[in-house]
Amino acid sequence: MRKEYIITVYSENHIGLLTRITIVFTRRKINIDSLTVSESAIPGIYKFTIVIHETEAQTQKVVSQLEKLVDVMKAFYHTSEEMISQEIALYKVPIEPIYESDAIEKIVRRNSARILEITKDYVVIERTGHKEETQALFEELNQFKVMQFIRSGRVAITRDPIERLSEFLKERDAYLDSLD
Amino acid sequence: MTAKKVTGSQAVILSLLEEGVDTIFGYPGGAIMPVYDALYDHSENVTHILTRHEQGAIHGAQGFARVTGRPGVCFATSGPGATNLMTGIADAMIDSTPLVCITGQVASPLLGTDAFQESDIVGMSIPVTKWNYQVTTPEEIPEAIAQAFYIANSGRPGPVLIDLTKDAQFGELDFEYKKCTKIRSYLPEMRVDPHHVKAAAELIDAAKKPMVLFGNGIIIGRAEDELKEFVEKTGIPAAWTILGLSALPSNHPLNVGMLGMHGNYGPNLLTNEADLIIAVGIRFDDRVTGKVSEYAKQAKIIHIEIDPSEVNKIVMADVAVIGDSKKVLKMLTDNVKQNNHAEWLNEFKKCMDIEIDKVISKDLYPEKPGLTMGEVIRLASEKTNHDAILVTDVGQHQMIAQRYFKFNRSRSNVTSGGLGTMGFGLPASMGAQLGAPDRTVIAVIGDGGFQMTIQELGTIAQNKLPVKIILMNNNFLGMVRQWQQLFFEKRYSFTELQNPDFIMIAKGFGIDGHKVSQREDLDSSVDKMLAHDGPYLLEVTIEKEDNVFPMVPSGASVSDVMLEP
Repeated sequence: MRKEYIITVYSENHIGLLTRITIVFTRRKINIDSLTVSESAIPGIYKFTIVIHETEAQTQKVVSQLEKLVDVMKAFYHTSEEMISQEIALYKVPIEPIYESDAIEKIVRRNSARILEITKDYVVIERTGHKEETQALFEELNQFKVMQFIRSGRVAITRDPIERLSEFLKERDAYLDSLD
Repeated sequence: MTAKKVTGSQAVILSLLEEGVDTIFGYPGGAIMPVYDALYDHSENVTHILTRHEQGAIHGAQGFARVTGRPGVCFATSGPGATNLMTGIADAMIDSTPLVCITGQVASPLLGTDAFQESDIVGMSIPVTKWNYQVTTPEEIPEAIAQAFYIANSGRPGPVLIDLTKDAQFGELDFEYKKCTKIRSYLPEMRVDPHHVKAAAELIDAAKKPMVLFGNGIIIGRAEDELKEFVEKTGIPAAWTILGLSALPSNHPLNVGMLGMHGNYGPNLLTNEADLIIAVGIRFDDRVTGKVSEYAKQAKIIHIEIDPSEVNKIVMADVAVIGDSKKVLKMLTDNVKQNNHAEWLNEFKKCMDIEIDKVISKDLYPEKPGLTMGEVIRLASEKTNHDAILVTDVGQHQMIAQRYFKFNRSRSNVTSGGLGTMGFGLPASMGAQLGAPDRTVIAVIGDGGFQMTIQELGTIAQNKLPVKIILMNNNFLGMVRQWQQLFFEKRYSFTELQNPDFIMIAKGFGIDGHKVSQREDLDSSVDKMLAHDGPYLLEVTIEKEDNVFPMVPSGASVSDVMLEP
């Protein structure tokens, strides 16, 4: 059964690694729904958060192929339920409806969204949440003709009490040192 | 150690010398010329083989790596030079062959500008390299090369590529070399888990019909002795993939033969009767498993493998032992009981008798007038006392050679297994000969593949490499023709070849040879070839519709192995 999995990859920050990682997916004709990359809590180690719809068996195989890459430290996969995740969305809406009624203001309040910028032509609204939430807001705002809309990739954190990577790195260092 | 000032290109050569490199295959061109200039001063330490095409260079490096177990090294220039390496890199990747490829690149300010002979070789080679890296400053060179050698030949080996911009070759650095022994993000092998070994040993002791399947992992891990001790203690019949061929002597009583599409009857048929499969250093290629959903369903599976991503990739393992084959087999042998499986082994013997009757005797001792590939291989193997290195190309002759050539020594079979690269054989034989200069190297090649890299006859002649080339000429792309005959109603669509006079071509390159078409001349022809001082081409006219059997048709179960059409 295919479902949503979030794959987390910890890697060195090397040129070309993004391609190396993405072709593990493209070669198996797996579409990446969302991808974010940024430096992790451990300086120099980068974290990829990749969302796919796949079977668990195929996801496991992809994860072990990712771990095989020389510049990858470790890869994990989780179901969406096992992680707390968030996306951010920005909406650019024309200014006129704001002058005409408090409808937009109410929508913003109800969604716990916020206004980032107001100009004489438009207002930029920001909302964080799950994709369904940012999508719902888009649909609501679109009655006022959203001029531009952008949603980020997902960021996610596990519900585990411990940071698995730092423990893993400690163990690996000890093991690599024990090799002759 | 005090650093000395050198150019980037000198640093390349000095780094290779630090890694013990004595043989390089390559082809110069604009963007790699500084490296070639630096090489000019080291011709007493390093043999450089100038091939006639970069594909020849990389297959040469592969042949060298396969017989020595050391990384093969090749040089090519930017653009077309680099792209011509790609087939060999892909071949090395899928067959886990350690290679260090060094390519020239346009100067760094020109990167991305579509400069003359610029190609994005780093981008292009990502899917087919274990690792690659572009060097744009001279200071990076020693570390990049040290990492390249470490990555190429540790864990599961593979090809790596270092792309050197021309300005990095010209620039200067303080040269100091330190071998790489550790990379933080890279775990070449895992510590063997003794609990998994115990679990495997329990399955082995309890099994009534166990079978060992071994592959390249035995040869790469130099675990030949450990494999032999393991099968001898347990009495378990052992079958091989073509990449594992030669790891266990052909005449060993527990060696029951070849797996897969054109493998032996018994190992295929009995895979689906065994109660335990012990797979060591194999990746369950589809040519070995046939239809996976009907593969060894009744058996428990133990998978011994250094690369964790191979476990549960194709066949689910009941017990997986991740680690180096040599260490795992040693531990396993210590943990299992002495045993024998005479009755089960006899099942293989019975299958072999059937196969001899239906297939092998006709292949090896034919009564029909046309020459068969099988009888040629038998003679070549016998007349070298099964001590030669066999190099093959790809196709029918390859399968026949894998089936019938016999081996006393490991690391003696060089063939393109995973990628099935036609044109591999001739250049790989040069590398095999350079890697094992004291041994007889026999290259068995079909008329199709021969013409894909025939230009390397020039390299063989120039370097006086005494390779014995057996050209199996049936004027057909034989394997494709066989499939057309069996599965496409004999519609021989574009498989017949009008061939040149190969002997005249060889002579044009300065290589002696002759053609044999009659059975009564075959024996003396093989003798003549083997006795010849230097390279030799023996062209054998093969029966046109000679087919390879047994055969597991594509997509069929291994137990549906056919002995005849």
